[in-house]
This record gives sequence, structure tokens and C-alpha cells, in this order.
Amino acid sequence: MPNLRYTKDHEWVTVDGDVATVGITEYAQDQLGDIVFVELPEVGRTVAAGEEVAVVESVKAASEVYAPVAGQVTETNPVLSDAPETVNADAAGDGWFLRIRMADPGEFDQLLDEAAYAALTGEA
Amino acid sequence: MEAPLPGSSEGTPRCTPLHDLHVALGAKLVPFAGWELPVQYEGILAEHRWTRDSASLFDVSHMGQVEVSGDDALVGLESLIPASLQSLAPGRTRYAVVTNDDGGIVDDLLLTRRDDDVFLVINAARIDADLTWFRARLPALTFSHREERALLALQGPKAADALSHLTPAALELAPFAYGEFEFLGVPCTFSRSGYTGEDGFEIGCDGAAAVSVAEALLARPEVRPAGLGARDSLRLEAGLCLYGSDINVDTSPVEAGLTWTFGARRQGALAVPGGARIERELANGPARRRAGFLPEGRGVVRSGAVVRDASGHEIGEVTSGTFSPSLGVPIAMGYVATQYSEPGTVLQVELRGRKVPAMVTPLPFVPTRRHQKRPT
Repeated sequence: MPNLRYTKDHEWVTVDGDVATVGITEYAQDQLGDIVFVELPEVGRTVAAGEEVAVVESVKAASEVYAPVAGQVTETNPVLSDAPETVNADAAGDGWFLRIRMADPGEFDQLLDEAAYAALTGEA
Repeated sequence: MEAPLPGSSEGTPRCTPLHDLHVALGAKLVPFAGWELPVQYEGILAEHRWTRDSASLFDVSHMGQVEVSGDDALVGLESLIPASLQSLAPGRTRYAVVTNDDGGIVDDLLLTRRDDDVFLVINAARIDADLTWFRARLPALTFSHREERALLALQGPKAADALSHLTPAALELAPFAYGEFEFLGVPCTFSRSGYTGEDGFEIGCDGAAAVSVAEALLARPEVRPAGLGARDSLRLEAGLCLYGSDINVDTSPVEAGLTWTFGARRQGALAVPGGARIERELANGPARRRAGFLPEGRGVVRSGAVVRDASGHEIGEVTSGTFSPSLGVPIAMGYVATQYSEPGTVLQVELRGRKVPAMVTPLPFVPTRRHQKRPT
């Protein structure tokens, strides 16, 4: 999929126009184990690339999720407040975290492509 | 002197006799107290719930199994352990703490009076410390660390059902009773005890026989494997202390709320190391007490989080915190200044730089379910 990118922090990003949808990867959810809580940002917040934007809690530990691109948060996944386990069930789809209207859509192209991410996780 | 085993302190972690079975069962293995142990198989939540609904098998072979022999072993141990040990009947098990000179806790343990000796189960990370402590103070007694033994914990409301097909004699054991029975021809020790708040058995056997015992238990439809992750969330729901987190060499048994383990000795002089502090705290109350907390919201408050009173003054610390699979909310325990330890008191706990309201809550979070006497 050409409009699917990744970060080294195990987030995936898809883009539609200038809006990026962000989630954590299948690899990340598998490493985390049972997810029991996702703390999401307020809609409207402006974030810098690399800024902590969400926290995902498994039974064992809390992990930060970083904004892969700069911009403004336009939407968060309403399903996750009551059903955080959706991230385990479908990390790459229904378990998405948030949407960001990108300040610079060019940032997307600098993220890792599928092959680069697969090399990172040793699943190439 | 026994030669140190490879990986006993640093470097390569040690493996229990069930290591290959864990791998075959798809376990995620993690380092723990110098061992490589399964943290989960299917998933912590599923394993936790299965333990509460049915029965789970935990490999706890990393724990120390120690036999104490010599004349008047219980008298000697009673000089180091604030519990009524001499009144313990043969075949009975007791939970107790070992105190240090400052009234802190060297370790917590299960102690069983057997016909000819005393059997201890101690924490893996404290084996060296405990043996050094005991041997220096009780030189007339022999402390034999049975490293070749495996230990399996079968825990859950259907633990007895699972054993009824394999070792029916073990079902006669009352809670905190001990017996030795053959299990598929393997001589095993059985103690009706555990660390989950459920009925269950801790089963000791020679390491060479551990795989066949474990496989026979796992072949029962009631039984699935469970790892350290579920063991931790189960014990925290049950309000049980984890040594190194909730109790340590600085916490006294009075602060920790463990004076119930003293039995009748609470009435008399506590002639144990640190007895003066313990008696003082029994008389005047301790400066801090262990308490349960129910934090607001879904964020999981974890060990190390600062606890503050309503006006923001630091009054304690969280020592264990997790998400409770049974209650569906975060739970925690820790220590607070005694005047804040009453259930219902609303405090604040730190969570990622924010202050979250948390109510002091009686322990356990989930009621303990022990085996009741069977109808006859």
C-alpha cells in the first residue's frame, strides 16, 4: 500500500488528503500484550512531530505513542475508551488511535515504508 | 558448600525443569530473579480470568524449597519468626515473615511442620539472603535447599476437580494443610495454599518428574497454563504482598498489616529480631500502613507513584499497581501515613504528571475463596 507508512516507534500512518490516521502496529500490540487503557489527546490539540500524543497501557506497562507528523488532532477513536482491546484485535484497522491534519503533508513521505519497517522488526 | 549454579546471579538466566514445555506451549519468556520464566501464554487477561473461573497451572519452581532439620527446629525458627510455630500441628502450613534487627522483613514464607522436619517455601530472590540469615543464627539446625525439586501451583475453583481424577487423596487436605501423595507414581508434596485468593494446591516433586506431572494436569479440561503476569494481577486483587515491592527489609509486619500471622504470640513478648520496634508499633500504632487504592479513571497507577493528601502533601507511595481483570478498573496498594489509611479516605496519586483521585479501599479487592469443608 503506497499510502501506508511507519515510524521506528511502531506506529503506522495512512494519509487521506492532508489528514493522517495513526495507530500502533501489529508488532507493537503483540509486544504489549493485553491492552487495558488508551489515553488519547484532546481534539484540537496542536502537536509537533515526535511529541507524545497518546499512552497505551497493557496489564504490565505503559507505553507512549508519539505523533508521527506535526499538525492538529482532528479526531480520536471513540471505540477505544470502552473497548481498548480493539487494539489487540485489529491494530491496523478498527484499533486506530487518532487523526492529525498535517501542517506539512511532505512529512509523510519521510516516514518508513513497509520494507524499512519490516527490516526494523526483523520480520523482513 | 554447594557450587553456585550457572546463571544463579547474573548472566545466563536459569531454567526450570518445565522450560521446554513452556516454549512448546507458546509462552513469552522473561527474566525474573535470575530465572527465565513465562510471563504469559495466551494472554494475561485470559489467564487471569481462567484462574478465577476454572484452574490454572503456574510453574513456581524458581521459589526456594528448604528443609530444616535438627533438634527443636520449631523452637529455633520461632526465635527468628514472629509466629506461634511450636503450636503448629504436624501437617499444617502457616504463612509467616522473618524479621531483621530493625523490625523489617527479611522474607515472607510458607512454613510447614512435617513429621520429621520443617519445610519452607521462600522467595526466589531471597534464597541466598534467607539461608545466610538462618544458618548464621541457627547453627545447630540444618537448612537444606532442595534445588532439584520443582514446584507447581494449581490454582482456581476447579483445582480440586482436576486433582480428583489424579490424586483424590489430596482433596482431603483442608486449607493450609500439607500431605505427601503419589501422583501417577511420582511422590509429590501437596499444600493446600497459593497466591491467587482461590482454592488451590502447591505441588512439589523431583525436577525430573515435573514435566509428566505438569502434562497430566494440563491434560485436564479444567486446567490451562498461566504465567507470572496473571500471578501478579491475581495476587494483587487478593491483597497479597509481593516481596521486594510491598514488603522489604525496611517495612515492618505491623506497617504491612501482617500481624495476623503472629497468632498467639501477639499477646506476649516478641523475642525475635526487631521485636522492640514491632511491640512499639503494636502498642502505639505504626507511622504508616499498607492500604489499597482505587484510582479514578482507567489509567493504571503503578509502583513508585507518589501519594498525596487532598491538599497536595506527599504522604505515601504506591508499591504495586495493575489493571484488575476481575473488576475492570485499575487497582493499587502502597503505604500511607496512618491517619490517611482509613477506607473511604480520598487521596491523590500521581499518574504521568497529573494528580488522580484515589480512594483508600479495604484489602482484598476481590474476596478470597477458600475451600470449604465438603458435605459428608
